[in-house]
Amino acid sequence: MPALGADMEAGTLVEWLKRPGERIARGDAVAVVETQKGAIEIESFQPGVLREIRVETGARVPVGEVLALIDGEAGAAAAAPVHATAEAPARAIAAAPPPRPGAAAEPEPEPVVLSGQRRVPISPLARRLAEERGIDVATLQPGADGTIGLAEVEAARAALAPAGAPAARAAGERGLDLAAMRRAIAAAMARSHREIPHYFVSSTLDLAPLLAWLERTNATRAPPGRLLYLVPLLKAVARAMASAPELNGHYEADVFTPSAAVHMGVAIAMRGGGLIAPAIHDVDRLDLDTLMAKLDDLVLRVRGGRLRSSELADPTVTVSNLGEHTADAILPVIYPPQVAIVGCGQIVPRPWVSDGGLVVRPTMTITVGGDHRVSDGRSAAKFLARVEALLKTPEAL
Amino acid sequence: MTAPEPHKVRVTREHARELLRQMILVRRFEEACIELYGAQKIRGFLHLYIGEEANAVGVMQALTPDDAIVATYREHGHALIRGIPPTAVMAEMFGKATGCSRGRGGSMHLFDVSRRFYGGNAIVGGGLPLAVGLALADKLRGLARVTCCIFGEGAAAEGEFHESLNLAALWKLPVLFVCENNRYAMGTAIERSESVPDIRRHAEAYGIVAEEVDGMNVVDVEVAARRAAEAVRAGDGPRFLENHTYRFRAHSMFDPDLYRDKAEVEAWKQRGPVVRFTQWVLDTNTLHRADIDAIETEVAQTIADAVAFAEASPLEPVEDLLRDVYAPRPAAPGAPAS
Amino acid sequence: MSATRRITYREAVREALREALLRDPRVFLMGEDVGRYGGSYACSSGLLAEFGEERIRDTPLSESGFVGAGIGAAIGGMRPIVEVMTVNFSLLALDQIVNNAATVRHMSGGQIAVPVVIRMATGAGRQLAAQHSHSLECWYAHVPGIRAVAPATVADARGMLWTALQEPNPVVIFEHATLYNDEGEVPGEGELAVDIDRAAVRRAGDDLSLITYGGSLKKALAAADALAGERIGCEVIDLRTLRPLDEETILASVRRTHRALIVDEGWRSGSLAGEIAARIAEEAFFDLDAPVRRVCSAEVPIPYPRHLEEAATPQVDGIVAAARGLVRR
Repeated sequence: MPALGADMEAGTLVEWLKRPGERIARGDAVAVVETQKGAIEIESFQPGVLREIRVETGARVPVGEVLALIDGEAGAAAAAPVHATAEAPARAIAAAPPPRPGAAAEPEPEPVVLSGQRRVPISPLARRLAEERGIDVATLQPGADGTIGLAEVEAARAALAPAGAPAARAAGERGLDLAAMRRAIAAAMARSHREIPHYFVSSTLDLAPLLAWLERTNATRAPPGRLLYLVPLLKAVARAMASAPELNGHYEADVFTPSAAVHMGVAIAMRGGGLIAPAIHDVDRLDLDTLMAKLDDLVLRVRGGRLRSSELADPTVTVSNLGEHTADAILPVIYPPQVAIVGCGQIVPRPWVSDGGLVVRPTMTITVGGDHRVSDGRSAAKFLARVEALLKTPEAL
Repeated sequence: MTAPEPHKVRVTREHARELLRQMILVRRFEEACIELYGAQKIRGFLHLYIGEEANAVGVMQALTPDDAIVATYREHGHALIRGIPPTAVMAEMFGKATGCSRGRGGSMHLFDVSRRFYGGNAIVGGGLPLAVGLALADKLRGLARVTCCIFGEGAAAEGEFHESLNLAALWKLPVLFVCENNRYAMGTAIERSESVPDIRRHAEAYGIVAEEVDGMNVVDVEVAARRAAEAVRAGDGPRFLENHTYRFRAHSMFDPDLYRDKAEVEAWKQRGPVVRFTQWVLDTNTLHRADIDAIETEVAQTIADAVAFAEASPLEPVEDLLRDVYAPRPAAPGAPAS
Repeated sequence: MSATRRITYREAVREALREALLRDPRVFLMGEDVGRYGGSYACSSGLLAEFGEERIRDTPLSESGFVGAGIGAAIGGMRPIVEVMTVNFSLLALDQIVNNAATVRHMSGGQIAVPVVIRMATGAGRQLAAQHSHSLECWYAHVPGIRAVAPATVADARGMLWTALQEPNPVVIFEHATLYNDEGEVPGEGELAVDIDRAAVRRAGDDLSLITYGGSLKKALAAADALAGERIGCEVIDLRTLRPLDEETILASVRRTHRALIVDEGWRSGSLAGEIAARIAEEAFFDLDAPVRRVCSAEVPIPYPRHLEEAATPQVDGIVAAARGLVRR
């Protein structure tokens, strides 16, 4: 059972497209699997003859289980199992299918197999950078000498930039192929899930002082100049980072490098599904109006597919805000190489104890997802306490 | 056991002519080498034997074609007198494929195993253990052959000299050690490098019969070499000759020769082996001026031919660079005995 | 401070010897023909007249004996500089260097220091055939207890000797025989001292690291010049110290350029180049964008004829071609 997405643990086999004894060409679909994201055809990367079906239709099969055996074409006695696991170094399912935009498939970095079954030589650096940048090496085209090196990864990275649009944009303003970006996020999330030992720490905060201040402030402004509650919230989170520097920075090659600046990734929903978290730079130093303007600009550009690649590359910490009319709390997943993410639930009125009496207050549950290789729950707790303190005096933000 | 009869060498007209021809061949050959070195036809180091010719010529008279020779990096004379064709020696100096070592060795590494000439060795003292081994093989194989090992007095300071003399004496091996004592190890005079400058006494300390020889007198060298070789061939164990000689030229090219007096060099030149022997054959009417002129003419032609041959010879192709590092395996190794 | 000067490598060695003899009365020079003859490569000419026979000692041709005596004298409180004519001849002294100089500190539980400096010429390039042309530095660099250095520039030839004499351990200095006539800059008085710990980046570049030492440095620099014309930027690293290797400098460069080409006149099998390649593979594998490449001597004793000697040893063309391959052009 191949892993068809980073979060896929099992699939239900719904149909066999080949019967035992049938010839299978490389790339033939052999079965259909129902996943959380819909029915997906499984193709074979091993040509030969289907010898034996091991799993009957209707069965739920964990990723990595053998589904069937295929006799290799060279008449080899050994049968190649049709399966794949996330860690299998030379798996049968290798050259992943081209991902469908906006669809469920979330291919991970895979060892590259050249047609003709020879492994394409890929340099260690190219493999590492591709993984770090969320580029699926299976999609890389080898150079003229048949190998994949740094040059091919950089070409692929550059190719991610134009969103299928004419190349009329300035270099710094190159738009991004959102589908490709989504694939990159998928790979990054898979990596995060695989590599980062997460911990989560939550606090529920009373937002009454913040909202009261916001109401007063916005009352004096024309509608285009009004602030969203997200703006002071982001500022508070950014400033609180100073109290827990181990949450702000990058972890690469077994080394954590804290960042003096707070470049905050802001998760924004994309058209066609998915989220993306480009960075607003130096959030802790921006005044609220500037931050509001930047946030507006960012949302517009995300929706228009016109992000700058640097905005994706360099957040030092991310905030994922669920927004209004959504859900109460979120356990967010860190975007590597960052080491923390702050998840904000919707604002919801809750019973609240104030001065020994029970009152109703607008509250928000904020959850810090931290990288246990770098920090621990105490850091997150300290950070949350600081956020709470800052939000009590929003006028000082 | 009685000492062997001293050999009487009757220097006939023919033999005198041959000794002189050989010395002149070596002398003129090396003089040509100096010129060719200047013209960059010969490269690397070039150690000349000029002044020492009587030693090679005298000693070679005592050896049979079955005997072996191990020499040093100053070995042009020994190679030529042993019979390696001047064409092959010159081609070797040119680095050509037709050289006696296929051009791989150059001046310091002349080899011709068909003539049992086991080379110019360019590590001082390095040839002595090799000679001991060749003699050991002959002894083990029951062959009455002599291995003649030629080296300079500088080698006497090396451990290998002492180790080799001891072994040869201990095992009574058929080695004829010939020390060509030209008094200078490169720039270091023997008095400055030897606590006991009489080299033969080192050999005597190992129980080897040793003799002092005037290495500027070709007949003396021949007499002593025949006597010693005879004893060695008879199974008496090693013998040792210390030939007093002198090189007229510097140690090699690039040597400004600042470590010895010009007067000293001039004095030795008066005793030069070619000039002295020429004088003797003329004085005794053994040979006439016309004979000597004929030798010069013949030798000049030989050298001209050698140079022409070397010039015309091909270089080895670069593709063959890696040849002769290992011997090819015999065709089909037999099955191991069970 | 005085300005820089241009002198030859030979003059640099001679100045360094003279400085050492003047500054430290424990220093003496010994070796074959270092006195009357002035040194087989004329590095010590004039020193006998200035310092006398006690301190400029001609030795018999007995490498094991006099190198061993140098080791003993160092143990006995002197600071000997022993010259061995060539690395091929040093094999006769290998026993003393490897079995005594390198070991006595350890064998004695740290009681004995051996502050001896052993200099020798090394390398091919002058058509001296197979007993005078080899590059056996790697053999010494293999041995714990020895520090092996290879001054490739005139400034290093001038500066390394004094530093080596301050070292409480045996130091073997390899002078490539093709360098003696080369001219180069030396710094002014008071700025001559150099370390014998670190490799030097002789030229900066981004596309590949050209790692070399000794006589091959000038070839590597010439190759880098040629490659610059093709817009291939070479970072040329001169190892300077062959043991212990300055891994940090090597790895920092390779991590930046992602490609390594090692030029080593030693034979490829069991070479110093092999050791460096292994360390890069161990420590910087994930930074490599291409396999590590080596340009070494062919597996043949160095032949006499010029065309074969050149074919057997690293040359600029071969370095350039290997570099192009590394950057996939």
